[in-house]
Amino acid sequence: MDVTPKYKGSFVKPLKALSHLFREPVTLPMVPRPASDVYRGFHVNDWEACVGCGTCRQICDNAAIRMVRIPGLPDEPAKGIKPRRPAIDYGRCCWCALCVDICPTGSLSLSREYIHVSPDVNTYFILPDEKGMHGLNFPKGWAKSDDSDLLDLGRQEMPALEAEARGDNFGEIVHGYDEQAAILEASRCIQCGMCHEACPAHMHAPEYIRAIWDGDKERAVREIYRTNPFPEVCGRVCTHRCETACSIGRRGAPIAIRWLKRYAMAVVDDARVRDIALEGMAEARTGRSVGIVGAGPAGLTAAFDLAKLGHDVTVYEAKPEPGGMMRYGIPEYRLPYDRLDADIAVIRAAGADIRCDSPIGPDLPMAGLRETHDAVMLASGLGLGRSTRVPGTDHSEVRSAVDLLDSITRGESIRVPRAAVVIGGGNVAFDIARSLARLQKRTHGRVDMTLVALEERDHMLADEDEVVEAQEEGVVVINGRGPKEVVKGGTFGRGLRGLETVRCLSIFDGEGRFHPRYDEDDVILHEADMVIEAIGQASDTGYLGEELTEALEWQRGRIKIDPDGATSVSGLWAAGDMVEGPDVIHAVAAGHRVAASIHRFLGGGTTTAEAAE
Amino acid sequence: MRPENYNPVQHPPSHEYELYFGPNHPGIEGNYAIRVRLNGDLIQEAITDGGYLHRGFEKLMEQRLWIQNIALVPRICVPDPVPMEEAYARAVEALGGLEVPERAQWIRAMMLEMSRICAHLFTFGGNAATIGLYTNMFWGITMRDLFLDIFEEITGARIYHMYITPGGVRRDLPAGALDRLETVIEELERRTPEFEDLFFDSAVVIKRARGVGVISLENALAWGVTGPNLRASGMPSDVRRDDPYLVYPDIEFDVPTEIEGDALARLRVRQAEVTQSVRILRQVIERLRMIEGPVRCPLPNPLAWNIPAGEAYTRVESSKGEVGFFAVSDGGPKPYRVHVRGPSQMHAVQVLERVLKGSRLEDIAQIMFSLDACPPEVDR
Repeated sequence: MDVTPKYKGSFVKPLKALSHLFREPVTLPMVPRPASDVYRGFHVNDWEACVGCGTCRQICDNAAIRMVRIPGLPDEPAKGIKPRRPAIDYGRCCWCALCVDICPTGSLSLSREYIHVSPDVNTYFILPDEKGMHGLNFPKGWAKSDDSDLLDLGRQEMPALEAEARGDNFGEIVHGYDEQAAILEASRCIQCGMCHEACPAHMHAPEYIRAIWDGDKERAVREIYRTNPFPEVCGRVCTHRCETACSIGRRGAPIAIRWLKRYAMAVVDDARVRDIALEGMAEARTGRSVGIVGAGPAGLTAAFDLAKLGHDVTVYEAKPEPGGMMRYGIPEYRLPYDRLDADIAVIRAAGADIRCDSPIGPDLPMAGLRETHDAVMLASGLGLGRSTRVPGTDHSEVRSAVDLLDSITRGESIRVPRAAVVIGGGNVAFDIARSLARLQKRTHGRVDMTLVALEERDHMLADEDEVVEAQEEGVVVINGRGPKEVVKGGTFGRGLRGLETVRCLSIFDGEGRFHPRYDEDDVILHEADMVIEAIGQASDTGYLGEELTEALEWQRGRIKIDPDGATSVSGLWAAGDMVEGPDVIHAVAAGHRVAASIHRFLGGGTTTAEAAE
Repeated sequence: MRPENYNPVQHPPSHEYELYFGPNHPGIEGNYAIRVRLNGDLIQEAITDGGYLHRGFEKLMEQRLWIQNIALVPRICVPDPVPMEEAYARAVEALGGLEVPERAQWIRAMMLEMSRICAHLFTFGGNAATIGLYTNMFWGITMRDLFLDIFEEITGARIYHMYITPGGVRRDLPAGALDRLETVIEELERRTPEFEDLFFDSAVVIKRARGVGVISLENALAWGVTGPNLRASGMPSDVRRDDPYLVYPDIEFDVPTEIEGDALARLRVRQAEVTQSVRILRQVIERLRMIEGPVRCPLPNPLAWNIPAGEAYTRVESSKGEVGFFAVSDGGPKPYRVHVRGPSQMHAVQVLERVLKGSRLEDIAQIMFSLDACPPEVDR
């Protein structure tokens, strides 16, 4: 073989390496080397920020993370905090840091600590805190950054009517997601289950969100109906405690769980929804009968559960249509009546006999009801408006919000004020302000609506959406003021001049009781020809009759109930706004509880709703 | 007294004997054995015996979410993990229709070339050690460590970077990383003449490596040889050139070849490749200084990420040859099947068995090293 000189090699040249004998070895100096700024060493976890959602456990490709329950940590399902923290098995961990990249709170990081030597295998299983594996406070290495974040923190926008288009009508504002938006929104869910814990009715939100993402809409409806017979309603007006607790909401916009529920209900047709909802109906009737007073969310939920369990259920409703506050309180632009009717149709299909225009009273006494039925449930709600009782509120143009909303729903002709002031800062106050503003726009062509709330803007009781949308529609929101006097006068001295308000210094006293203090010198007159009070409602329990009222135990003006909703009188339960409040989903939850309790009372076993929990 | 049923093994009347070679080291040539039949020190037959490092990667990948596999794939090849990450990421990108931002493409090219240099430095050291030249091994490892420092600075890990992800890379370069990479490159270039003196120009190395483990071009093509080993047999084949990916069409580099096809030629090709990789790195650094922008396209929630049904084959030029990933999706959140085509599979089994035949006992380790076969990748 020809060999070029280049390839011959040299015996001398390698000897040059001997010069290294007199140089310092590269291994010097022998000091521990600090790790790089993004080093992936042992975990650190900020326990204050960590909510125990367990998403790190889900993404871990080696099943190295286990969620450990820690006694003494805050356990606040409503805030989306679970008393557990991730523990890492370093026999399995591969330091990929996907747990860090997906952590919704950003509490989990990897530190620059990388040495652990021990003959004891148990020391390789640790519960990281902010001090690190050996409590040495090493700085963070691989931590959350915008580049590496794996979560989608932005919410799909909900198409809605602009303020111009909605100002003079009661058409529904929000259009609902289309399929693409719903699937994209559902895909953001990390299935941590915080929403399930936070929901008063413990709805299976992770399951139905996953079903929507899978494109299996019927499965979504099935998951929804496991715990809620008012999905059309809750898909629109729920106070969505789930979204408050949502882990994604820690740093971004929470999953639009409420809108996803609405989407699932919208894409499955009503007949199919009914079939799904009635799956699992008891085949045999039990022959026991239950009477329910009030066809609101609590009463109808219990009616649905009990009817499905095979009991004969009769619901007595005083008003001409069932639904309670969902119909006579919530305005149509938030909840169209036909969607409410769709939910109620399912409950009727389950066999509940809903009798409207049937007030309990002389013609239908409570005593008779208790004789007819094996068990009776009271769910008559809060039908009476409260008054501020400031001077002048006895005037006929001082109206209560619930009465006005009731009249608007019934389609009665009401006098539309040219200028009105609403007292109150809750959702009901905004409901009436926005409803009347629509009527003003329609009747007078312009909105003159002022809403006076005790609370400052940042602490409003109403939902943020309500406040923003009301302002878009022309409602003037005045914060931090309380009513002083309704001033009479105006046309021929019979009408109203308006409402005088004073600046509110503080709302609660030192012990946290409602006791507002005012600056009496700071007085403003809001001119108006109608003043509407929306400061809360009261229960009308006159129908119970003296005997029963005596027999029942009461607590601060409400019927006392045990955790199951049973009153102190055997065979009588109470639920909903009249005993608890404050919203539809709590009423639904209470309805389930009472239904389960009644079912046990009537000799049945555990209900499916209980089993589902 | 001898038991009735005892029958001593009847040896054929010859000088042949069998030697179990390896498995010895859990590193690059280790956990891999060869059963050799020898006559004197001449190899009559060699049968490779792998399986010591079988971890079932391909099956494991079917059990994991698409994103979770980024932690698994680099572990297929210890000395050169980045091409595995790149091939897997590109397979997912092809299936899922993801577009990699330009900056991420340049960063990935940088990672690939750094990994190639590391792997080659490792091989030089290992190859030298097999013929008893340990100084060279220390030098190779030391030099490689400087690159590992850069890897650590960028990715947070020295060996298994888990840095390339479908859609880009996991995070942007830290400030000053490019400057420090340049310093390391300069150091490498400063040390290169010393390496040549000690190793490539050493008469011992040349005498030991020349004519050893020859693969003719014809055999190389028939046996499925790829990468530097194929180029050492005279075929200028390089995936970066033949089936360009990332930003390689925009980069100037040569494909070095030799014709002898022996262990020396394979060393020489790798030596030239380090120079080419340095040349590529300099271009990449220059471009990365100008290009700004995101380093990853938006990914769906990894816990709810279904990849459309389909199949994709992607290949990458690794330091050992052509790495290919064949990924099949059935539309679900996890791969239906991922097949890995590792170059060492061919080099360490069929090529090695054939090349060893007729070679001498003392050359086994050197031949294996010159083929740069990576047993972890053979077993997977």
